[in-house]
Amino acid sequence: MLDFMPAELDAVELSIRVGLWSMAASLPVGFALAYLLARAEFPFKSLVSGLIYLPLVLPPVVTGMILLMLFGARGAVGQFLEHTLGITFAFRWTGAALAAAVMGLPLMVKAMRLSIEAVDRRLELAARTLGAGWWWTFFTVTLPLSLPGIVAGAILSFAKSFGEFGATITFVSNIPGETRTIPIAIYSFLQSPGGEGPAVRLAILSVAVSMIAIVGAEWVERRITARRHEQ
Amino acid sequence: MSVHIDAEVSFDDFTVTAAFQAGAGLTALYGPSGAGKTTILNMIAGTLKPSRGSIVADGQVLFDSNANVNLKPNRRRVGYIFQDARLFPHLSVRNNLLYGYRLSEQATRYAELDHIVELLGITHLMARRPETLSGGEQQRVAIGRAILSSPRMLLMDEPLSSLDDARKQEILPYIQRLKGELRIPILYVTHTLPEVRHFADAVLAVENGKVAIHQS
Repeated sequence: MLDFMPAELDAVELSIRVGLWSMAASLPVGFALAYLLARAEFPFKSLVSGLIYLPLVLPPVVTGMILLMLFGARGAVGQFLEHTLGITFAFRWTGAALAAAVMGLPLMVKAMRLSIEAVDRRLELAARTLGAGWWWTFFTVTLPLSLPGIVAGAILSFAKSFGEFGATITFVSNIPGETRTIPIAIYSFLQSPGGEGPAVRLAILSVAVSMIAIVGAEWVERRITARRHEQ
Repeated sequence: MSVHIDAEVSFDDFTVTAAFQAGAGLTALYGPSGAGKTTILNMIAGTLKPSRGSIVADGQVLFDSNANVNLKPNRRRVGYIFQDARLFPHLSVRNNLLYGYRLSEQATRYAELDHIVELLGITHLMARRPETLSGGEQQRVAIGRAILSSPRMLLMDEPLSSLDDARKQEILPYIQRLKGELRIPILYVTHTLPEVRHFADAVLAVENGKVAIHQS
């Protein structure tokens, strides 16, 4: 039954590419934000955290609309990036990756923030008295101890991008091979006569990927809690 | 080797003043909890900045408010042993022991792994994970880890307080042995003086944020 047609394979390949890029690009951004939220006190902190978590509750179509206004062909940021760095988001798979990254960021930041907060800061102090500078302490103590949350956050972000529909179709439309990811392909197949077969196959694939991601992320998070209890 | 401290730190409603010097050997800082003993250690270690004063160890200025000197904790070469062992949970005992050793400079290095491990009786624990050790074993590894960074002085903050009596008796002989072998000042904070009285070289009483009596 799982005998994919070229159009379906295109969607699968695109979804994987979009998922990996959005995950890779949001990893450093997500970690920096999670670290700041976990450790730093700064003005408008709750506003910043609110903005990050906003896509979680906002209708995805609104998030897509905002992305379109900012990063679209006529958007201020979009024009700036196109002229300076030559990066175009409008109606490209890069735009799909951006939409997926924005939608996945809250999940990623939340998982990372929890695990950074679980790191015993007295261990960092011990490292300092043993001769470790700030960066060495960060790379040998803080980062390894928060690794479970980083991995869980990355998995969740990838899984979220696999399921992203509303923001993506609003921002970069539905272009086969360019922005037609698995969810958008399922929607398109359902709109055309005789498309139920491909739609069901892609749906099964989606369910499998999502299940693996959620079980994987939970397994990693259980390990964090287990470690916390040992301390 | 010796340490000179003449420093003061003020909190909202409490001031801790420390003016004393300690030579090689074990100096006990004795007093009730809340008297400011740990605060004094933190000022020396560099994890708490004094409001004013100076701290000089072994001829090197660690802190001086007039000269605007405040070395970071990692530049002070001050070994710190806490109430809890604070071993790194993601590293083996061996890598815990070597954490500070690898960061120490060869020119000032005096402690070597094999010797310290034998001295503390932890040779058989090297491959283990910290969470599989007993409280007494963890504290011995923590002591070894601090010494292997070749510090110019050792701070011990009630290192036995989280252990039961049997475990205390297990650790004390090791501390005594270390004291005999290392020619560095050891500042030992305790609220139960009998613990170390018979092998302390000096006892300082700390009360209400002041170092009161100096007996030898």
